[in-house]
Amino acid sequence: MRDVAIIGVGCTEFGELWDKSFRELFVEAGVSAIEDANVQGGKIDALYVGNMSGGRFIEQEHLGALIADYSGLASLHIPSTRVEAACASGGLALRQGIIAVASGYHDIVIAGGAEKMTDVGVETTTDALAAAADREWEGIMGATFPGLYAMIAKLHMHKYGTKQEQLAAVAVKNHHNGTMNPKAQFQNEISIEAVINSLMVADPLRVFDCSPITDGASAVVIAPADIARKYSDTPIYVKASAQASGTISLHDRPDITTLDATVAAANWAYKMAKLKPKDIGFAEVHDCFTIAEICAIEDLGFVKKGEGGPATESGMTAIGGKTPINPSGGLKACGHPVGATGVKQAVEITLQLRGEAGRRQIEGAEIGLTHNVGGSGGTAVVHIFGRDK
Amino acid sequence: MSVPRFWRRLKNLYNLIGTHCEKCGGYFYPPRNMCPKCRRNGIVNPFKFNGYGEVVTYTIVHTSAKDYSKLTPYILAIIKLDEGPRLTSQVICDHSDIHIGLRVKAAFRKLGEESDKGMIYYGTKFVPI
Repeated sequence: MRDVAIIGVGCTEFGELWDKSFRELFVEAGVSAIEDANVQGGKIDALYVGNMSGGRFIEQEHLGALIADYSGLASLHIPSTRVEAACASGGLALRQGIIAVASGYHDIVIAGGAEKMTDVGVETTTDALAAAADREWEGIMGATFPGLYAMIAKLHMHKYGTKQEQLAAVAVKNHHNGTMNPKAQFQNEISIEAVINSLMVADPLRVFDCSPITDGASAVVIAPADIARKYSDTPIYVKASAQASGTISLHDRPDITTLDATVAAANWAYKMAKLKPKDIGFAEVHDCFTIAEICAIEDLGFVKKGEGGPATESGMTAIGGKTPINPSGGLKACGHPVGATGVKQAVEITLQLRGEAGRRQIEGAEIGLTHNVGGSGGTAVVHIFGRDK
Repeated sequence: MSVPRFWRRLKNLYNLIGTHCEKCGGYFYPPRNMCPKCRRNGIVNPFKFNGYGEVVTYTIVHTSAKDYSKLTPYILAIIKLDEGPRLTSQVICDHSDIHIGLRVKAAFRKLGEESDKGMIYYGTKFVPI
């Protein structure tokens, strides 16, 4: 296996982008990544497209071919593969791209993700997202995604005394970070009071505890580390790529408040990178709901189990804190186009490590981690990136 | 959900029939055709649970998918059956009475309906003992 680097990144704005189609979004992100890497189209060896539910959201499958065609790569017959793992589709596409380059099978690879979620009504969106859980044994019983994470939150509060205000502190922090991200869906501050008084979705989760429905796309260009400097003055090196499976159903998880797939993926990633949680400078984690960020910082080893709420309240995870979490605004404020999210996390880490993150720049950022989850924890993907190999 | 897909699971949904592995003694609900512990060495048979258990965690769902909109708000819960396995279902009781640890028993109820002309789903929900 050879070392791999990210040599270019691109991201569309995230939001309800009614005037842009799925293919336009992906091409826009891909082109900006290619331009950032200064790579010619003819040099690209393969394309990976992360997408959760084109079939439900835009009634379109065969997205690999569609994107190759509209990227002008079909005439070159460049292989294009759609990758799906619910909300971890983007993280998986990134990992497939990394594996393809690390193995020596391909040299220059584009890994991207996109989701177009606002072409259908909110009930269809909710139902399509519910397909990330077990349709036959959770969905049919009336389980929605907010419902599943609400049950995690309820038990976390019961076992560890986590408070509604501590959940809200995640949303407040991520909205604050979003105000400094020009691509973010929400760029407004919110208060603890606004979160805990917002509309109830699934007790104890309120609408401001939930990530939004978003259109958007992101892409990265991946190359072997030994030629990365030909394209980029500041290649960002992949120090670890790990993926783990957990039970599809929340009810079968050994501990309902622990995403054990996250724990497994993180342990493998730390081992691969020869690092410990304390070595991670900052992270983009999968905060599809506020409780998910609290579980993530626990399961990734940044704090002990049960201490995620007080840690967030103390400012540990804010920009300027000990371990800044979700400087982009996270899924909560930057938005969550499900197939794009895992790639967007790598885009943010790259910008931060290059020192190009503008007003939300984390000073002295050397090592960053991404954490992308499918469903309630059936899939978890963890990547670690650094300025040095 | 299509008619055959639902029909195939009727006995499990209506009568709380899951799986028992004779090899490791494990009980599973929903049913499995391979024991997740013993894998190919397992000997799995259908098993009817007695229907008693307790609430492990719960939520009150206020925004649901469309087939369940007439029931909203409803109590969604993870229930640990006395034989061991956990499952996801709904608890029918006053919303102020639901709590973690509540003892419940299975009850045959309507789960949801597709539309005025579509299929009505029935299955097992839970009520306090």
